[in-house]
Amino acid sequence: MMKLSTGLKFATIAVALVLAGCASKKPAPVEEAPPPPQTAPAPTSSIVPGSAEDLRVNVGDTVHFDYDRYSLQDEGKTVLQRQAAWLAKYPSVRVTIEGNCDERGTREYNLALGARRANAAKEYLVSLGVSAARIDTISYGKERPTCTESTESCWAQNRRDVTTITSGAAS
Amino acid sequence: MGHFGHLKKIILAIVLGAILPFAFPFSASAALHVDVNQGVSQPLPIAIPDFLGGQPQSNDAQVGANIAGVVRADLGRSGLFRPLDPKSFIEAIRNINVPPQFANWRVINAQGLVTGQVTTQTDGRLRVEFRLWDVYGESQMLGLQYFTTPENWRRIAHMISDAIYERITGEKGYFDTRIVFISESGPALHRVKRLAVMDQDGANPIFLTRGNYLVLTPRFNPTAQMIAYMSYIGNRPRVYLFDLETGKQQMLGNFPTMTFSPRFSPDGNKVVMSLERSGNSDIYLMDLRTRAVTRLTSDPNIDTSPSFSPDGRQITFESDRSGSQQVYVMNADGSNQHRISFGKGKNGTPVWSPRGDLIAFTKQASGAFRIGVMAPDGSGERIITDGWEDEGPTWAPNGRVLMFTRTGTGSRGSSIWEVDVTGRNLHRVPTPGGASDPAWSPLIQ
Repeated sequence: MMKLSTGLKFATIAVALVLAGCASKKPAPVEEAPPPPQTAPAPTSSIVPGSAEDLRVNVGDTVHFDYDRYSLQDEGKTVLQRQAAWLAKYPSVRVTIEGNCDERGTREYNLALGARRANAAKEYLVSLGVSAARIDTISYGKERPTCTESTESCWAQNRRDVTTITSGAAS
Repeated sequence: MGHFGHLKKIILAIVLGAILPFAFPFSASAALHVDVNQGVSQPLPIAIPDFLGGQPQSNDAQVGANIAGVVRADLGRSGLFRPLDPKSFIEAIRNINVPPQFANWRVINAQGLVTGQVTTQTDGRLRVEFRLWDVYGESQMLGLQYFTTPENWRRIAHMISDAIYERITGEKGYFDTRIVFISESGPALHRVKRLAVMDQDGANPIFLTRGNYLVLTPRFNPTAQMIAYMSYIGNRPRVYLFDLETGKQQMLGNFPTMTFSPRFSPDGNKVVMSLERSGNSDIYLMDLRTRAVTRLTSDPNIDTSPSFSPDGRQITFESDRSGSQQVYVMNADGSNQHRISFGKGKNGTPVWSPRGDLIAFTKQASGAFRIGVMAPDGSGERIITDGWEDEGPTWAPNGRVLMFTRTGTGSRGSSIWEVDVTGRNLHRVPTPGGASDPAWSPLIQ
């Protein structure tokens, strides 16, 4: 596990790691945020529960980051809480968290930053009770944009973790 | 083998050089000189007529024209020379072994004159000879001849360019070199990246991977026979070695997590690179003979982009341990880590000049990424490019010229550009399609 510096920018991840420390000693924390209501009803009928599509559409597979940061935002934590609940429901599923950056960083630095972002999400999922053995991480740096305009809104979309299913999904 | 059999042949071909007897009094203190340090606002006018063909019933004259064309292009691209238009020449060279009529070359303001000849030998090889004349000193400055197989004519041209450059500037040339780079094709959301090599002038591009997995940041070893690079084959991003002689690729080491940003030590026996563990990236050194791994940095911050000093005693790298990405220097054993960049903005991707005198880097400030150089103690920072996203500099082996990746806004992609260390003479390097992550080879042995 990575050591923490005293720097201000590590404050948020430090909180996440403290949570992780607690979680390993006590039972997994109770889910604080139940799946939001809009995921429950109608339009999910054609989606197989426990499938990759289920994760993407009904749970949410993407969390976003601020520029040059890897601390999770509240919105991202909510998505990851839903992912943790979903992973608890489908215990045979293994996932890979893909860390990505916008184009406004040098290539090698972004590979390292993408790894930090993927790891931040992994550690949060682990703190919520998901076994670390079920989660792989990979960094794509700035090599896998989802939006190609050189604008802040596009860069914000590209600064993301995407949780993809490695194995064990329903089909 | 297929696509790199050609490359192997070029790299392994042996070229013999011999000094031609002087055809005319030699001037030991020739006036003809270009000072590369001044960045040269007035490039030296030089006349390079097509080389003569030695055998009438042969392709020699055409090869001679081709070689002279490459020499003109090399010297012109350097920004230090201004090859004159052959149409302006008054005198037609008919025999390279007798002195030219210097007055005829002074009239067109040529200060240097290169005459040459290509002759097919009975064994099928080419003999290529040339003489460099000081037009105002009315003396021969240099005379050399080479023997080679006909397909090597471009290399001979580059070697002649290097010889002329060195004789006139006093600095080693950089034309008989290669570039390893990432060739890019396809739309921005589905970019295909392939490992590729080409000559320094963009000729002879050869693809080494097929594009079915992502490859990044290739770098040559000191003999230009081995490439260290990052590959995502099998969705496991790791540093690989590609042996140009055998065409074999192998993962470097057996690390459980991502390895990236490799560079060889100056003796070629070690690779320094980053290893990511639990989200944190540190710098490690691997001995290629013993496979022993030494950890050089151990802090909770991003440490990457390591690059050795030419004497092998120090390593420059980037770290965000201060709170933002900055350039550092440490001893090769990891001791004495200290920050050297204190200028504006973020500073990363440091690369030590082969001369040892400068470190080139990428500066991110005021919304732009630009290439800069500074002394190894961080003093004398100069920004030498003015793009929107210029990054990842690499040095020519003589430490006078840099290449880098220039990326346009939106989905316009990347290309490779070249610039003099003074910031003059910026131009795009021709590549097949988009291109990024250039790394310059040493002079080919």
